[in-house]
Amino acid sequence: MPKMLLIATVAAISAAIAAVPLAAPKNVASTAKPAAAKPAAETIVAIKDFAFAPPILTVKAGATLVWRNDDDEPHSIVSGDQRSGALDKGDTYASTFATPGTFDYRCGLHPFMKGKVVVTP
Amino acid sequence: MTDEHRGASRREALRCMTAGAAGGVLWVMSGGVPVALAKTPGHAHAKALAFAQISDTHFGFNAPANMDVTGTAHKAIVALSALKPSAAFVLHTGDLTHNSKPEQFDAAAMAFSALKLDVHYVPGEHDVADAEQTAFKTRYGAKTKGDGWYSFDHSGVHFIALVNVYGFSKDGLGNLGAAQIAWLKDDVAHLSSSTPIVVFAHVPLWAVYPQWGWATGDSAEAIGLLRRFGSVTVLNGHIHQVLQKVEGDVSFYSALSTAYPQPAPGAAPNPGPKLLPAAELPAALGLRSVVVKPHAALIADSHLSEI
Repeated sequence: MPKMLLIATVAAISAAIAAVPLAAPKNVASTAKPAAAKPAAETIVAIKDFAFAPPILTVKAGATLVWRNDDDEPHSIVSGDQRSGALDKGDTYASTFATPGTFDYRCGLHPFMKGKVVVTP
Repeated sequence: MTDEHRGASRREALRCMTAGAAGGVLWVMSGGVPVALAKTPGHAHAKALAFAQISDTHFGFNAPANMDVTGTAHKAIVALSALKPSAAFVLHTGDLTHNSKPEQFDAAAMAFSALKLDVHYVPGEHDVADAEQTAFKTRYGAKTKGDGWYSFDHSGVHFIALVNVYGFSKDGLGNLGAAQIAWLKDDVAHLSSSTPIVVFAHVPLWAVYPQWGWATGDSAEAIGLLRRFGSVTVLNGHIHQVLQKVEGDVSFYSALSTAYPQPAPGAAPNPGPKLLPAAELPAALGLRSVVVKPHAALIADSHLSEI
C-alpha cells in the first residue's frame, strides 16, 4: 500500500488553525469544537455511528481531508503505519494527499470500521 | 466427563462460593482429570491458587453510560482486596484507560496504588490509542518482551500474558503476530502437560463476533500450542460482558468491565456503550475471582451491585 503522506497531522476546523494548517502540532488531537468557519479546500469525512461517511472518497492529488469524530466513542485513523491517535468527540485529524493512489484505512479502536481514499492526478 | 463428576465439581465449586460469599454467576471449568476433585475434595483446597481478574476500567470515559468510571473502578478495586479466598494477585485484561491520555494513566495508577496486591497488565486497544503507541509500553512494558507479552509462574500454575491489540488482522480482528506466537511456542516447550495454564489477553482468543472485531485473527495458532495441556483457562476483556466457551481442555471466559456494559453480540447496530438506567448499571459491572486447582479452575463473577 502506498504510504499516506501526512503534512498537517491534526487541524481543528477553526479560523485560527485554518490560517496556519501546516503549523498544527504533530500527532496531537485538537479539542476545539467544530466551527462554522470551514476552510473551503478541505473535505470532511464524518465519523458517525461507528462508520466513516463517506466510506470511499475520490480526491485530486494535493487535497486535504479532515476526519471529524461525531461519536461519543473515540475513534482513530490508521493507514499502514500512519496513526491519528484517539479522537474524542469533536476532534479532527487532517491529512494531505500529495500523491495519486488508493489508501485504505481503518479505525484503530474499532478495526471493523473501514474507509478508502482514492487520489487521482 | 460423566455427570457424576460434573456434579461433584459443581458441588465443590458451590462450596467454595459459599465460603467466598462472592455471589453472581458461577461456572465450573473441568479440564484434565476432574476425577481427582470428585474423590478428594478435602485435599483440593490445599493446592488451590486464588487470583482475581479486573478488566476494562476505561479511566477517562465520560459519557452517559457511566459518568463516574473512577468511582466504579474504585469500588471494584476495594472488592479485590476483600475476596475470599484471598486473591494472590490481580490480572488486568486491558483498556485500563479510555484513550491513552497521560492523565488517564495517572488516574489509573493512583487508583491501583491503593491495592496491596500485584497487578499484571496487558494492554487493550484503548491503551495503545496514542499516535506513537508508546504510553502503555513506557509505563508497563519494563519486564515484557516484544510488544508487551510475558509469562510467569505462581504456585505451579503457568500464566501467559498475550498482547493482541497492536495492529490487526486483514479482517480487522485482533492480532498476535508471528513473533509472539514463536515466543509462546518456546515459552511452553519446557512445561509438563500437567501444568495448569492460564492465558490472559484483551481481545477474545476465540471468535465471539468477528463482525465487531470480537476475535483474534491468529488465535488458533496460539491455542494450538496449548492443546497438549490438561487444563487451559483463557481470560479476556474487551467485550464488557461474561461469555464462555469450552473447547476440549481449553476454556475461554470473557469478563465484565468496571466502566460500562456493551451490547450482546449483534444486539445493537454497533458495539458502543450500552446505556442503562443508573440503578441498573452496578449489576452490569463487576470483577472475577478464579481458583485454580491442579486439574480445574473455578470462575466466579461478582457484580458491583452485590458488593
